[in-house]
Amino acid sequence: MKCAVIWTSFLTIFRREIRRFVRIWPQTLLPPVITMSLYFVIFGTLIGRRIGEMSGYSYMEFVAPGLIMMSVITNSYANVVSSFYSAKFQRNVEELLVSPTPNWVIMAGYVLGGVTRGLLVGLVVSLIALMFTQLTIQHIAITMLIVFFSSTLFAVAGFINAIYANSFDAVSIVPTFVLTPLTYLGGVFYSIDMLSPFWQGVSHLNPILYIVNAFRYGVLGISDINLVGAFIGIAVFIAALCCWGLRLMVHSGRLRQ
Amino acid sequence: MSAALSIRNLQKSYSNGFQALKGISFEVQQGDFFALLGPNGAGKSTTIGIICSLVRKSAGEVAIFGIDIDKNFAAAKQMIGVVPQEFNFNQFEKVFDIVATQGGFYGMPRALAEKRTEKYLRKLGLWDKKDVVARMLSGGMKRRLMIARALIHEPKLLILDEPTAGVDIELRRSMWQFLQAMNAEGTTIILTTHYLEEAEHLCRNIGIIDNGDIIQNTSIKALLKTLSKEVFILDFKEILKEPPNFGDFSGRLLDEHSLEVTVEKGQSLTKLFTLLGEQKISITSMRNRSNRLEELFVSLLEDKLPAADQENDTDALEGDV
Repeated sequence: MKCAVIWTSFLTIFRREIRRFVRIWPQTLLPPVITMSLYFVIFGTLIGRRIGEMSGYSYMEFVAPGLIMMSVITNSYANVVSSFYSAKFQRNVEELLVSPTPNWVIMAGYVLGGVTRGLLVGLVVSLIALMFTQLTIQHIAITMLIVFFSSTLFAVAGFINAIYANSFDAVSIVPTFVLTPLTYLGGVFYSIDMLSPFWQGVSHLNPILYIVNAFRYGVLGISDINLVGAFIGIAVFIAALCCWGLRLMVHSGRLRQ
Repeated sequence: MSAALSIRNLQKSYSNGFQALKGISFEVQQGDFFALLGPNGAGKSTTIGIICSLVRKSAGEVAIFGIDIDKNFAAAKQMIGVVPQEFNFNQFEKVFDIVATQGGFYGMPRALAEKRTEKYLRKLGLWDKKDVVARMLSGGMKRRLMIARALIHEPKLLILDEPTAGVDIELRRSMWQFLQAMNAEGTTIILTTHYLEEAEHLCRNIGIIDNGDIIQNTSIKALLKTLSKEVFILDFKEILKEPPNFGDFSGRLLDEHSLEVTVEKGQSLTKLFTLLGEQKISITSMRNRSNRLEELFVSLLEDKLPAADQENDTDALEGDV
């Protein structure tokens, strides 16, 4: 296929994804803003004052990068899983499957749509965070890269979840029972230095720990983990999930009988 | 000139072992208006699914205008437009967006996609609904929307799976006219339908599929010639209390103003009218008891049934057509 045709197909999917989450903004953009504002008020201002400093920063400063990253991850994931599953449920995914659009372009369009929502929500949450604390980004390139990579990783994971899902319950299982616990236990609200050595070891198995800490390093310049290892780990996960997703696009009986 | 659609030994087995297609072969020539008929579960939708890549084939070859789908499916897909049986668009999108977006999936620049969207929405009488959310449309409008969407990239082969199901008579007739005009302009059309009157009215050639096999593939004219008998309903103004003399014909009195007469191949209708005229019966109107193609269709399927089942299943088959 010609590059121009592929590019047009990709842009069409991407624009449709943007149009979707903007059209239903009370469901997609508003809830994370309200939730994160409450986090900042309760954990940052009310409880945070009593906690005092963490890793040399006020609790609000410490917790803000984690909350921003949490909103990026959950929104990237949620956008793709709900959009692609809805397309399967309403069968309008067939519009794409009967067209000449290559499988990788379909996946890329949905994933970039999810990444865009994740970044948009992350930006809005960052602006809200600035109302409660000062955020001076220490390493801007690292911050941008980790946000983009993490968002991509979870958007691809959402895509895979959507292919496997055969009900709306299945769409919410992973976010509720996997993503949320991993996020809460991934060092968003605490430093793993506070844990016993055993639980520190267990925490190192949690991929979100690396993401949150890499982002925290970008913003505050502090981290509980090895930064290079975090980037390599995320890149490997993205590559593996992309291969998995593309394989499903070709072979999954949930898309093509 | 290569066929618009060429299918060779196409097979499909599902993971539960069910063999939906048992090696079917047929061709649809360029410019044809082709009917693919069969009872529910015969394999029609599986065949269409394979042609447009919603179903993976187990074996066999499919070529669209000479392009093997195993070698260059993207190029083959550019030539196909599909109107599925079920509504399969995003119910929450606007009519215009649904059609224009589909153009984008086929690589059409946005300006061209919008121009074509206007063209086909106008042709199908949906232009005044362009800003309406799709779920607010009536059933007939949704069907027309799917046709407009399938035409956005101006395919050379249009496949319609039950396009007039649930559509009122007036709209059905206008859709027939639209499809006939498309066909006259050179678009090859494949149609599946349960309305055999529709197939007889629109199509030139026919493939009948049953239980995963093609049991008939010929022209509709040739098929109708094989009809061994026709059953007519005759209405008359006189009042009859007893059946008249039918002579060589078989018949029965339906009510005091109408008869049902079976005319075997080779028998003369003139002879029938003469016979009835001699008995002072003046025929005021005459019609087939059912669609001729429908009668053939049922008889073809009956032939495929085990003898013991035929009597019991005839009614079910007629109801299913």
